[in-house]
Amino acid sequence: MKEISPWVIFFASIFTNNMIFSNFLGMCSFISVSNEIPTSLGLGQAVTFVLTFTTMLNYFIYHYILVPLGLEYLRFIIFIITIAAFVQLLEMIVERYFPNLYYTLGIFLPLITVNCVILAVSLFMVIRNYSFLQSVGFAVGSGIGWTLAIAAMAGAKQKIKNNKLPKGLEGAGITLIITGLMALAFIGFSGIVQIQ
Amino acid sequence: MSTILITTAIVTAFTGFLALLLTIAENTIANYGELKIVINDEKEYVVQGGASLLSTLIDQSIFIPSACGGRGSCGYCKVKVLEGGGPVLPTELPWLTEDELKNNVRLSCQCKVKENMKIEIPEEWFNVREYETVVELIEDMTPEIKKLRLRLKDGEEIDFKPGQYIQMKIPTYEGNDEEVYRAYSIATPPSIKNYIDLYIGYTGGTATTYIHKLLKEGDTVYINGPYGEFYYHDNPDKEMIMVAVATGIAPILSILRYMKENNIQRKVTFYFGAKTPIDLFELNLIEELEKELHDFKFLPTLSRVKEEHNWTGERGRVNIALEKYVDNGDNKEAYLCGSPGMIDTVLEVLKKKGFTEETIFYDKF
Repeated sequence: MKEISPWVIFFASIFTNNMIFSNFLGMCSFISVSNEIPTSLGLGQAVTFVLTFTTMLNYFIYHYILVPLGLEYLRFIIFIITIAAFVQLLEMIVERYFPNLYYTLGIFLPLITVNCVILAVSLFMVIRNYSFLQSVGFAVGSGIGWTLAIAAMAGAKQKIKNNKLPKGLEGAGITLIITGLMALAFIGFSGIVQIQ
Repeated sequence: MSTILITTAIVTAFTGFLALLLTIAENTIANYGELKIVINDEKEYVVQGGASLLSTLIDQSIFIPSACGGRGSCGYCKVKVLEGGGPVLPTELPWLTEDELKNNVRLSCQCKVKENMKIEIPEEWFNVREYETVVELIEDMTPEIKKLRLRLKDGEEIDFKPGQYIQMKIPTYEGNDEEVYRAYSIATPPSIKNYIDLYIGYTGGTATTYIHKLLKEGDTVYINGPYGEFYYHDNPDKEMIMVAVATGIAPILSILRYMKENNIQRKVTFYFGAKTPIDLFELNLIEELEKELHDFKFLPTLSRVKEEHNWTGERGRVNIALEKYVDNGDNKEAYLCGSPGMIDTVLEVLKKKGFTEETIFYDKF
């Protein structure tokens, strides 16, 4: 995998390998927090931010602690703990020293601890054997891709807000159908670049 | 064997390191030290910063109504934050109206204490507390109204003004997945401090369904209070006109019993509206009051009497009886308690008779 440029991975993870549309990861907050564009953009920013830093952190932990000790199989538990601790620490720091950031990102941080996209990016980084720069490109791209997806969903939801829907399709039902349609559109990109 | 030990050691060391890091952060970064909260420009509290305003105030024994326990899902815990609350959070926006936003109203469960603050709360909240009570008695008053006696824990007492109400916490039950609070007026006089009586009419709503169908004697019920601007006003020279329908009798009974106990000698006429004779209740209590109060007249008026009821008293709604018997508003005070519809029509009648806003007290529910 060394030959792919981090930039290619960056753009691929936004469009062709979008976490939501090609892997269906990070769905819970994608479904529940996609009612308004500003809120979903806030959550998207927080996801991108946390993704970038936890992936970098997990890269070092994996390659400099787990691999030398031959403990690769512990990566699930270690990655999860790292993400949880990092998010909590980040929340404290942001709340104390960056009040403005706290009012846009802060309240979303606890939501992100359990967002599977975060763990997935760290794990894909290992499975696909990315270098550090490739991992960073992948993380930032995945974050932006996720933001793009949730913002698009929020836009679609706002458009259909006042439309009458069959009772059973209200809420999560129609969201999943729209997600499916969007995913079909995004699959159109998939021939352009392949990173997996 | 050694693999197991190494693995365990590594995970433990790793987790331990992160735990240590978080503990240090908790005590440095998240430690806001002692801060000051000034309430209503007069009372000052020194508090430990970092927690939500709601829990900080509860620690200072100031009870802010809240049903969801700080999750930001009920919207009850509103207070006015004049200084030091930071901007309004997205989690608060759904609960605040435009007017409230303009007046710096915040949800105290979302707003954190991170700097010195100035806030405003209704004066009466200083006296508000939460009480754990036990249902001592449930009694049918009429086919639709039950009397509920809630006894406070041993040694606890509730102080209130005659006419005020409490809020009762309705827990979740099958068919109701959210805790809610409902207000009920206290029917007992303030001299009784270790239990309260409430009258609860069945409407089929969340709270009344719970009370009428599920609540049993011996159950624990949480209440908080007292609240309300509707209470006895001491104007000894004025004649009193009291008007109530159905469970609206509760605060009126509290006031009348208070007057009896304190030997307050004022002329009182109590107009009570009901549909049929079955809907009249607590007649023994009222008879006793008629005997013992200085100058008290009970005037029940029924709106749906039939021949077989043999009713010789007043007929029609309360506003008709008021039209008939109240000559003018000179030197009189009116206390009204009942449904918004009843209050509005009665207000109209009384204003026509010369009562002013200042001489009419009412409690709409």
